[in-house]
Amino acid sequence: MKFSVMISEGPYTHQASDTAYHFTKAALEDGHECFRIFFYHDGVNNGTRLASPPQDDRNIVNRWSELAKEYKLDLVLCIAAAQRRGIADADEAKRNGKNADNIAPGFRISGLGQLIEAGIQSDRLVTFGD
Amino acid sequence: MPETKKFLYVNRKAPYGTIYAQEALEVVLIGAAFEQDVSLAFLDDGVYQITKGQNTKEVSMKNFSLTYKALGDYDVNKIYVEQESLDARGLTLDDLLPLAWEDEDDDWAKKDSIKVVSAAEMAKIMEQSDIVFSF
Repeated sequence: MKFSVMISEGPYTHQASDTAYHFTKAALEDGHECFRIFFYHDGVNNGTRLASPPQDDRNIVNRWSELAKEYKLDLVLCIAAAQRRGIADADEAKRNGKNADNIAPGFRISGLGQLIEAGIQSDRLVTFGD
Repeated sequence: MPETKKFLYVNRKAPYGTIYAQEALEVVLIGAAFEQDVSLAFLDDGVYQITKGQNTKEVSMKNFSLTYKALGDYDVNKIYVEQESLDARGLTLDDLLPLAWEDEDDDWAKKDSIKVVSAAEMAKIMEQSDIVFSF
């Protein structure tokens, strides 16, 4: 089955990203195909490479980057949500006159149309959030 | 993308305590460009999102409730509001924004977009949808 995932909550505060990660990993290991992972609302905070959690805890951001590398996942941060919350790639930082970017490897920034397209193209769209 | 799917946007939260309502509306507006079959549902505290007379001046937040009035122009004209959620909050249809659309197949007659439905009917609407976004 071809599935997509929407994650609506940020890391650590909320379980959504953890559960979405375990779901996605299990589904991929089971042979299913992931069309896209879309991060919305505070979920865009899963895509900052500046996160530095304690050594004895899981690194939620790196975990997504590694899974993306292994399975060639399409990790998309919503541009409007990211702008509000200070998540930027090099182009976005330049466009908004900021002196730094913070997007983590394996993530990209794009529009909400990517979420709608994921709904159209996938057999199932699974939401993780409140 | 030739396929048309039934999209349902479920709005369950009050408009200003969290950002979900505002960002949900952004998805609806973008999604309208994809020519899918779109419906909106308002239940629980989500019914407050489309109440009349919202004034956010004192809290310095954007009053995005006026944007709902534009939905008809985006061909988003199936708006379901749960009766039980209205009842529990002492609200009636008269407390809601008069959301309407113009039917081009009926000499541009102005028609109401809002339909008040029971929880049981809402469950059926959800069941019949292909994609359910819950905000």
